[in-house]
Amino acid sequence: MESNAQAEAGGSLPRRKLIIQKRGGLLDIDWSALWEYRELGYILIWRDVTVRYKQTAIGVAWVILQPLITMLIFTAIFGMLAKVPSDGVWYPVFSLTALLPWTYFAQAVTRAGESVVANAKIVSKIYFPRLWLPLSMVVSPLIDFALSMVLLFGLLLYAGIPLSWKVVTLPAFILLAMLTALGLSLFTSAMNVKYRDVGHAIPFVIQIWMYLSPIVYPVSLVPEHWRWLYGLNPMAGVIEGFRWALLGRTAPDPVVMAESVIVLLLVVISGLVYFRKMERQFADII
Amino acid sequence: MKMSDIAVSVRGLSKRYRLGARQKDHGTLRDQLMSGLKSLWNRNDYEGSAGLKGSGGLAGDADFFWALQDVSFEVKPGETVGIIGRNGAGKSTLLKLLSRITEPTDGRIELDGRVSALLEVGTGFHSELTGRENVYLNGTILGMKRVEITRKFDEIVAFAEIEQFIDTPVKRYSSGMAMRLGFAVAAHLESEILIVDEVLAVGDAAFQKKCLGKMEGVAKEGRTIFFVSHNMPAVTRLCARGILLEEGKLCRDGSAHEVVNAYLHSELGTMSSREWLDPLKAPRGEAAMLRAVRVRTKDGQCTEKFDIRNSIGLEMEYDVLKPGYKLMPSIMLWNEEGVCLLDTPEYDPVWRGRVRPPGRYRSTAWIPGNFLAEGTMFLSVALETLDPLVMQFYERQVVAFSVIDTCEGDSARGDFAGKLRGVVRPLLEWNTVLGSANIQTNPISTDACE
Repeated sequence: MESNAQAEAGGSLPRRKLIIQKRGGLLDIDWSALWEYRELGYILIWRDVTVRYKQTAIGVAWVILQPLITMLIFTAIFGMLAKVPSDGVWYPVFSLTALLPWTYFAQAVTRAGESVVANAKIVSKIYFPRLWLPLSMVVSPLIDFALSMVLLFGLLLYAGIPLSWKVVTLPAFILLAMLTALGLSLFTSAMNVKYRDVGHAIPFVIQIWMYLSPIVYPVSLVPEHWRWLYGLNPMAGVIEGFRWALLGRTAPDPVVMAESVIVLLLVVISGLVYFRKMERQFADII
Repeated sequence: MKMSDIAVSVRGLSKRYRLGARQKDHGTLRDQLMSGLKSLWNRNDYEGSAGLKGSGGLAGDADFFWALQDVSFEVKPGETVGIIGRNGAGKSTLLKLLSRITEPTDGRIELDGRVSALLEVGTGFHSELTGRENVYLNGTILGMKRVEITRKFDEIVAFAEIEQFIDTPVKRYSSGMAMRLGFAVAAHLESEILIVDEVLAVGDAAFQKKCLGKMEGVAKEGRTIFFVSHNMPAVTRLCARGILLEEGKLCRDGSAHEVVNAYLHSELGTMSSREWLDPLKAPRGEAAMLRAVRVRTKDGQCTEKFDIRNSIGLEMEYDVLKPGYKLMPSIMLWNEEGVCLLDTPEYDPVWRGRVRPPGRYRSTAWIPGNFLAEGTMFLSVALETLDPLVMQFYERQVVAFSVIDTCEGDSARGDFAGKLRGVVRPLLEWNTVLGSANIQTNPISTDACE
């Protein structure tokens, strides 16, 4: 679908002329429409956050409780029983610095992957840039993430680990995690419309992916000659980045990081192409 | 022609859906479409790669279904266009294309102005959120800006008549309340082009009237409206122009009255009678099936035009399929303004309270001459089985007829040739005398009435 916006003088309302026809091009995303509907993105995020904790007894406390309990379990099983090395860092801190970005990522991929199907009723009855659905659900878990960071900073304070200037690089790693979640969700959310199998597969993929990421173990445990392959997993870079910025561990390998970023950009761009291609059938088959 | 003279231009518009294996026993187009969509679900090749990649033998049976084919028309700003046609004629597809919910397979639409579509009331309402929160949510989904919603908030709430419940979660609303709120939000959209599906059928009669009134107000503001409805009186009341779709093609475009008439003709064979020869297509319930609806004169003639002085037979023919049921057939009569003139359940002492054996029945209700006013009326028929009350079928506005006055001086119109109001026009007994002294008052005085 192609739409040309032309602001016209005269009349109190902004008029736009719209042409609807079969689309050509691969990546002809209507950025102006996306921008025009930005308030929709905001309201979808707001709805997600509001509805999530309505009619719960402890409400937002879940945001802290979930990673806290997972951290305790990991510490007990991997830290104390299996004695997995943690590069000399106290295991609870070691696992929590990885768990928080990971929890964000897992949440974002889950919510965004379901986003189109979950809004089937709206999609089949109203036009709006569909891209806002996965986009808003990638942003929404950031709020939970920000809240849970309080827990992490509290734990760092307790463990007596000082913060350095490196903390300011955290947003870059968060952005990397967001892009990873977005790139993946562009595929899964669109595919889910036609094949609901995707909805069932996502939790498994996330679980397997977790063990392929350095969450319960350090990257140093991965044999040297496999590291390049490891770099294909952008979440490995994100987690290493978090540990470097907060715990002062070895800096992430710049080659591996560059590799991650390139892979990511390719995934996001191809994801956009795929989403656009599938988008035009959403209303017909959802 | 200058672009601003045209609000909507549609050229060669087509939409194709892919059907799966063609099945023989599909009664309705809807079934066919549904099975088509279901098989789409399971297939990789949705469109374009027609049948080449299908799984073996299935590929050859693959078929396309043109929901809309080569439709072209232009609409000027401020026009109100009624889109009519049978189920499956392509009305919904046209609306979905105009509102950008789905993309055309071919052709082009040019829209000059903001477009908003109202295909369903309250879309996106979240039951956990309050009425207030849902107004913002729904408004934003429909394309309104936050400031715009805030500005109109009080008006929206007042229109929906739910002031005291606005901070209550919508899950505690009655369905009527939620629908009223949904319509209220949509009714306050500020777009130049408004696309409305059968949403007037929400809420109680009073609210429906309010909605229709609101729509008329919108039309008077000079906005362009597309209105899809099965409610012919509402179409003729609201729309100046009509577009008739048949099997995905535009088959008539003209004044709403003319197109509605054409629709009723094409649909019914003749306007005043309709028969369902194919039992698969007949409206039916478990226990009964509608076979025919007719309007006829005393001597058995089916006609569209009735002299106001003659009686009119409203007739329905139906099959009772199962023994053991008590039946209540009923007939409703509507005028062009959408007013229900009468609603009459069968009153036949022979069958009252009696179980009817299976077979073909014909029930006729007689409207006496000199009763209905002039105009076009639409007939709806329903049949219910009693104990418990179960609706077997309800067909709206199946046939139509006109009552005309030949002005020969012996009808209620007398010698008056102008326009007369009212939905009934009985020949009343008038009594006029000259001089107050001669007035003979009736012994029943106003005092006695108390």
